[in-house]
Amino acid sequence: MSYLEYTVKTVPTGLRKVLYINWALVVLLTAIASVGILMLYSVSGGRMEVWAEPQMERFALGLMAMFTVAFVPIWFWRNMAGLAFAVSLVLLLAVEFVGTVGMGAQRWIDLGFMRLQPSELTKITLVMILAAYYDWLDIKKTSRPLWVLIPVVLTLIPVALVLRQPDLGTALLLLFGGGVMMFLAGVHILYFIVVVALGVGLVAAVFMSRDTPWQLLKDYQFRRIDTFLDPSSDPLGAGYHISQAKIALGSGGWSGRGFMQGTQSRLNFLPEKHTDFIFTTLAEEFGFVGAASLLALYVALIVFTIVTALSNRDRFSSLLTLGIAATLFFYFSINTAMVMGLAPVVGVPLPLVSYGGSAMLVLMLAYGLVQSAHIHRARGRT
Amino acid sequence: MRRSQKDTDESARRITRRALLLGGAQAAVVAALGLRLRHMQVEEADQYRLLAEENRINIRLIPPARGLIHDRNGVIVAGNEQNYRVVIVREDAGDVEEALARLRKLIHLTQEDVDRTLRELSRRSAFVPITVAERLSWEDLARVAANAPALPGVTPEVGLSRHYPFGGDYAHVVGYVGPVSESDLAQLETPDPLLQIPRFQIGKVGVETRLEDALRGKAGSRRIEVNAVGRVMRELDRQEGEPGASVQLTVDDRLQNYVQARLGGESAACVVMDVDNGDILAISSAPSFDPNLFVRGIGVADYRALMDNDHRPLANKTVQGAYPPGSTYKMVTALAALEAGVVGLNDTVYCPGYMDVAGRRFHCWKRGGHGRVALVAALAESCDCYFYDVAQRCGIDRIAEMSVRLGLGQRHELPMSAISEGLNPNRQWKRERHGQEWRVGDTVNASIGQGYVLSTPLQLAVMTARLASGRAVSPRLIKAINGVEQPVNPGEPLGLNPDFMREIRRGMSATVNSQRGTAYSSRIEDAAMRMAGKTGTSQVRNITAAERARGVVRNDQLPWNRRDHALFVGYAPAEAPRIAVSVVVEHGMGGSTAAAPIGRDVSLFALHRGLPPLSAYPSSQRTRIENERRELSLRSPDTPQSGQTRA
Repeated sequence: MSYLEYTVKTVPTGLRKVLYINWALVVLLTAIASVGILMLYSVSGGRMEVWAEPQMERFALGLMAMFTVAFVPIWFWRNMAGLAFAVSLVLLLAVEFVGTVGMGAQRWIDLGFMRLQPSELTKITLVMILAAYYDWLDIKKTSRPLWVLIPVVLTLIPVALVLRQPDLGTALLLLFGGGVMMFLAGVHILYFIVVVALGVGLVAAVFMSRDTPWQLLKDYQFRRIDTFLDPSSDPLGAGYHISQAKIALGSGGWSGRGFMQGTQSRLNFLPEKHTDFIFTTLAEEFGFVGAASLLALYVALIVFTIVTALSNRDRFSSLLTLGIAATLFFYFSINTAMVMGLAPVVGVPLPLVSYGGSAMLVLMLAYGLVQSAHIHRARGRT
Repeated sequence: MRRSQKDTDESARRITRRALLLGGAQAAVVAALGLRLRHMQVEEADQYRLLAEENRINIRLIPPARGLIHDRNGVIVAGNEQNYRVVIVREDAGDVEEALARLRKLIHLTQEDVDRTLRELSRRSAFVPITVAERLSWEDLARVAANAPALPGVTPEVGLSRHYPFGGDYAHVVGYVGPVSESDLAQLETPDPLLQIPRFQIGKVGVETRLEDALRGKAGSRRIEVNAVGRVMRELDRQEGEPGASVQLTVDDRLQNYVQARLGGESAACVVMDVDNGDILAISSAPSFDPNLFVRGIGVADYRALMDNDHRPLANKTVQGAYPPGSTYKMVTALAALEAGVVGLNDTVYCPGYMDVAGRRFHCWKRGGHGRVALVAALAESCDCYFYDVAQRCGIDRIAEMSVRLGLGQRHELPMSAISEGLNPNRQWKRERHGQEWRVGDTVNASIGQGYVLSTPLQLAVMTARLASGRAVSPRLIKAINGVEQPVNPGEPLGLNPDFMREIRRGMSATVNSQRGTAYSSRIEDAAMRMAGKTGTSQVRNITAAERARGVVRNDQLPWNRRDHALFVGYAPAEAPRIAVSVVVEHGMGGSTAAAPIGRDVSLFALHRGLPPLSAYPSSQRTRIENERRELSLRSPDTPQSGQTRA
């Protein structure tokens, strides 16, 4: 059924909405954020004011933003999807012109009170516009080539803009996000098989062309790809970080060295120990028990999100909630795989745990949408 | 748009199906992550533990070499020498007390050293190296190095530490360095991380502290991997620091050495200045002390001895000592009166040996009086009555004004510690300071540099240089920093009537070169180097009524610390001045007997760039001078300069 078919009586109004909030999600979000604050406190050597306190403030702000978004009916957000997507594209373009360069890439817009990273925002607005698109699209047309092309273009525009920054990690996340939405909406499985096959074929062709007269890339470009895929070939650059991260993580053992006792994380070998590499600190100080517990928390969060998505009976809400769950999943799985040496080093933060304002705020806004869909869904009879 | 129930159901089913597929894939990924985590943290944990132990990365700061300080000719007066020391790292040593006990069998350690080390070890982080002993001999160091396997966490190191090759000669100019104290850290807003290094030394006094920022340099750093016992495995990268800037003083080392030796054990101060550009050629305060004592950390007994010495060796009398200038102030009074037009160049004053002012009798130093004197004779013979008289006509405010123009009563900015401002009293000052009106008796006292007037030897040298050059010369102590010449301030013309200046100079010349002059016995025979000057003897006590009743008490019958100060200011050559000198000998009794001879000897040495031939002295004094010279312990001029260090 579509949002137009709601029986208004079944939707809670006013303060009654509070009763319908999915409190399990709130508890899980808070638990994960608390782990993050604890680790930030530890990484800064036992000081609140460096990272832990600002992070707490941002989480509080995020909670407020989440509740605000949650109390606005989901159909309002559906109508806003196009506008939100347009705004985030404009912001991405604005970064090209007024953005400040941080960490060797142009990603930020300084708003005065905070630094906004439009690429973070785009992850959610892309999910929104695609959910709205498939809500609108006649289900029978889902797999027709023309109607498949539209979401592909919608995805590739922000991907191209983000790649220009350049931010490979976020571009990949956007690409995955768009793909997942199309997959969930029911685009025929053959499309995906063809795309994956083409991608693999292209990569294989590029690599097979190496050292032949007709090689497709320049030598230095190959060397860059080598380092990207196998960091140990550049032991003083990216490879150095990843091997140190692995040592820190592995030396945690079963139960870890104890809170604030990690020697590896304390020796300043990681430049981003409070952002992308914070998982290693947790793993070193709390061992397998601690690291696995955090993974379990993420799994629980995603499971609860999927459950609420499947009990939403309108298409927009379901797709949106599932898309958000998938985005969250990509975040944490790529980050943890990266520090475990399973994935190349791309700048992807650990959601809710890594220090950073934009990512935290955007994720909380996304969960505001999830809550809104949950509160305003049709209940009882259909 | 309304959709058929069939469509929506189909859509919901499709989404659920796809969601479950996706969920399955996600579950597989999470399982893989979990397995990888388990593999690394459980199965391979021991291996990674080992790697972690062997592979600790440490960042160590490389302290920069402190900038050298040279004299004007490039002689090093503050250098760095190699310093062998032994450090201990708590987390590597394990049982610290055991390690120290073993170390004690190898090198000499006092119980105090051990206690201090234990105290510091317990206070600092486990990985911070703590110095156990410093300034070890090469043999000691070798013994520690040879026994390294038995001494985990104990490492021999080589560092640089400050060394002052000429001991006391520069103690008051260059000052000394010492360990960073809590109050040093508290004064800084953003302390340099270098200051956190245990036992890092920073300037405490003099040029060392005033030019600290330039001299310190910038820390380098190296990232090293160390193994579990603290042994350095390899250096990952190294960022060289910047050594401190080298500083060149305007001081001439040979002259400085001579002046310090000439002052000897007296409690005295002497400043020699270049009249043209204000360069300070020598600036000595005696007695001095060995600044190296402070670098090493001075012992309680040594410190007590310095503090208890009534000649105050720690005080830099050249800029910190403020003395009544006595008769050396008379040029100020005379110039003020001349410029005010209250007295003419040839006007005379009758001196019967005293003057009654406002019901009080002020004596001239010469009981019998000087008779009729005009300016030149009044200066040469230092007739007090002449100045009592003209000062009353001119008034204190104009005298104070002239005093400022000549460089007294103000802080000349030199990179030295605790520079005194001296004191130029006037009406307003007395009202504010004492709540009393200025009285004419105060003017009479001030006219001969007594009463409230206070000047430092540096100010007196500046005054003399200004009188000699006619320009507002300002002193300069730093010639160059890192080879960059520092600005010179030869000053604007003073704008005083040249006739008056000429007459004042004539008076100063007559003081030294005329038979009736107070410094005639300190004259220079060599016509090309003749000196001009003015002696001064200033009271440090109030003569009590009882003493007055008994008659004048002779100075040498008084205890040392109640005797008069002896002063002398002079410039040379008298006809074409190049240098200005000021000398203060605390409780030296007479300016002409104690201070003027020093002024002459120093001037001769400065003009000659070495000991002058005896023919420069009056023939009657040559034997005595020759004998005195033998007792002077001068450094040989070609003291080997080993640059950086003595290894």
